[in-house]
Amino acid sequence: MTLDAKVPDGPLDEKWTDYKFDLKLVNPANKRKFDILVVGSGLAGGSAAATLAELGYDVKCFCYQDSPRRAHSIAAQGGINAAKNYQNDGDSVFRLFYDTVKGGDFRSREANVHRLAEVSVNIIDQCVAQGVPFAREYGGYLANRSFGGAQVSRTFYARGQTGQQLLLGAYQALERQIARGKVEMFPRTEMLDVVVEDGRARGIVVRDMVSGEVRSYSGDAVVLATGGYSNVFYLSTNAKGCNTTAIWRAHRRGAYFANPAYTQIHPTCIPVSGEYQSKLTLMSESLRNDGRIWVPEKKGDDRPPNEIPRSERDYYLERRYPAFGNLVPRDIASRAAKEVCDAGHGVAHGGRGVYLDFADAIERLGRQEIQDRYGNLFAMYERITGDDPYRTPMKIYPAPHYTMGGLWVDYNLMSNVAGLYVIGEANFSDHGANRLGASALMQGLADGYFVLPYTIGDYLARHMGEEPLATDHAAFRAVESDVEGRIDRLVSSDGTRPPEAFHRELGRLVWDHCGMSRSREGLETALVKIPELRERFWNEVRVAGSGEELNQSLEVAGRVADFLELAELMCIDALHREESAGTHFRVEYQTPEGEARRNDEEFAYVAAWEFRDGERPKLHREDLDFEHVELSQRSYK
Amino acid sequence: MRMELTVWRQENQDATGSFVDYTVDNVSPEMSFLEMLDVLNERLVAEGEEPIAFDHDCREGICGSCGLVINGTAHGPRRATTTCQLHMRSFEDGDRIRIEPWRAAAFPVLKDLIVDRSPFDRIIQAGGYISVNTGSAPDANLIPVPKPVADRAMDAAECIGCGACVAQCPNGAAQLFTAAKVSHLSLLPQGDPERASRVLAMVETMEDDFGACSNYAECEAVCPKEISIDFIARMNREYLRAQLVADVDD
Repeated sequence: MTLDAKVPDGPLDEKWTDYKFDLKLVNPANKRKFDILVVGSGLAGGSAAATLAELGYDVKCFCYQDSPRRAHSIAAQGGINAAKNYQNDGDSVFRLFYDTVKGGDFRSREANVHRLAEVSVNIIDQCVAQGVPFAREYGGYLANRSFGGAQVSRTFYARGQTGQQLLLGAYQALERQIARGKVEMFPRTEMLDVVVEDGRARGIVVRDMVSGEVRSYSGDAVVLATGGYSNVFYLSTNAKGCNTTAIWRAHRRGAYFANPAYTQIHPTCIPVSGEYQSKLTLMSESLRNDGRIWVPEKKGDDRPPNEIPRSERDYYLERRYPAFGNLVPRDIASRAAKEVCDAGHGVAHGGRGVYLDFADAIERLGRQEIQDRYGNLFAMYERITGDDPYRTPMKIYPAPHYTMGGLWVDYNLMSNVAGLYVIGEANFSDHGANRLGASALMQGLADGYFVLPYTIGDYLARHMGEEPLATDHAAFRAVESDVEGRIDRLVSSDGTRPPEAFHRELGRLVWDHCGMSRSREGLETALVKIPELRERFWNEVRVAGSGEELNQSLEVAGRVADFLELAELMCIDALHREESAGTHFRVEYQTPEGEARRNDEEFAYVAAWEFRDGERPKLHREDLDFEHVELSQRSYK
Repeated sequence: MRMELTVWRQENQDATGSFVDYTVDNVSPEMSFLEMLDVLNERLVAEGEEPIAFDHDCREGICGSCGLVINGTAHGPRRATTTCQLHMRSFEDGDRIRIEPWRAAAFPVLKDLIVDRSPFDRIIQAGGYISVNTGSAPDANLIPVPKPVADRAMDAAECIGCGACVAQCPNGAAQLFTAAKVSHLSLLPQGDPERASRVLAMVETMEDDFGACSNYAECEAVCPKEISIDFIARMNREYLRAQLVADVDD
């Protein structure tokens, strides 16, 4: 029996428009009777909280940082896609839809993706109206650039800080609602569990990160917008605090986790420089517009790059994929980099790096133009590595960056738990097995500004007149007790190793066995080692201090404990999916040219896993039908 | 390399704090400053001590979470570089490094090196936005914005809200932070309807918590995004303009 995504009937390009009419509405005067809890204040959470408050709902918004403006959406660099076709180069809603489904290697839900492409145009309008300072051409109109996986120029950007500006637009809208009293903001507050009663989400339990107090909040609906779980790899482009706890705890309470194995490794990040490395820094994909990627033809060639003549360089992406060249999608670029490094052509620390070279672009466009396009990124690179990219090629290597997997949601963005909505990177939808560049920003804002505010109204209207569950109800007490129990267990553990040590060990395990390429043996090995590591964690971790105070050691420990569980599910999912699709590359299933080989007859479905305590998780399938896109071998040649 | 650190420790908001000395060995020049503190913290936890608490998140200079006063300078010795982007190649073997939280009355210490910066959010709440409900926006290309104007607005909009400007200012003023947002939104035509009310409201709220500006320009010197004090001059002009612009009732 396949999961019901509740996709409406009708022609693809009319589904969403017609559906909005069919959705029940909440009368403007009744909206203030509803309390909505939004966890996370990034692009998805911030835009949702602001928009719901503008509509008249009472909103409580929670984030673990000291201000909603710190959400990691702020770090996104390159741009946001929209099907405006301002460049007159053949873009359209249908083309953006098509590129996204194809880029996702035909593993996403068509209806969701088409809707995403439809509302993309509204997003740009809203952002400009908020004062987002997108780049402009001289005539005053919006500028565009190209991104991986597309042959049209549809990406809107603000230097190399597009995420920052989009987030600030949403943050400012949120602060306006806070000032109005329609949003109550709870910074430095971490959600540690969700309260589900009779199959409905009724509220959340949080920990005040300053006082340590564990508290409950009741609501008519709960929205999780807590981002992705790339930090399961320990080293990723995520912020240090990014974690899987909110969605993992919801998963343990009944929400299905879909496609956890679809984790995206971004091709252009600054390579690791040592054992103490705490995170990896992204170098925007937009750099691939102008930079040329190459490695020395000769293995182990350690000459400085400027001394290697062109004839002795392998511009391997241009060679293998003439049509897209350096702009092939991320999964393809990342695997290609790994292959050339595994074959001994790598540069940088440990031979794990390839060159991203701007010499040709600087010669063609001039240094000033390159500085205008990428100035801040070049400066960031120089600060971290000490090298000057205007003079010497950047060294880059793939790094974990984004997770297409997440909690399963239907067409309404609601999980299988009634009243529990999941938006942005935290959900699984839209990007299939591989996300295209500049589409995460698009999805977060689409969900928060233009989808959730409509679909949540339908659910709330059906519960009109009902009281939210009081926080002294037994259901809340039970969850509070669970949360306090976990905290006690962590602070009272008399081990000797700090939680970070376990996190690093887990990261290495997952990177080696469930990273860019996966094999049956590797995954089976991981499935033995991860539970062992988890057991050692609970026996040997040392957490300083107590729960009743600001305690960063405790915060990290709680998050690592959840990663130690998620990692296992990732490997189970990767092992069960006996095909290669997008970023999930199984060495046993590849074409003779080394590309991903899908198995559409058997695996064209979403794998939604149900948590069962102490047992193997149960698989639920959502079969995917492709009516508008022809399934083909993805070729970017 | 060996580093001799002197770090502010404070148990909580109400406790008296003090400086504590630590020695950290095997510091690689490629390490970031915060990675050095991570290494120290892991050692402290292993020894049964409390680790040093400090705010950080993105570790790539964009979120504005991190903020340490390093040898008396907010964000440390490198220009246009946040604490998290500072690498140990900026220091020498045996250096003594004094590490303090942001020092400003408006930013009370919560614990060790962590401070409360909520007055910044209050300034934005007062008017650091354009009031446009979701769905009411016209087509994005309807209002052309001259490229130099868009670029200048972007220069101002780059502020990451870290608070280094306040920490370094001898008066604890927040002019640079406020001026950055006022300038960003007043430069753009979209900000025009609220141009006067915005600057008046934001300045009034700013003055609730922060000191006054005496043009020291210490703020500009430590700003990791190199926001110019020209924006303070622009804000002052906007403020004056707001006083002189005729009200619709006149």
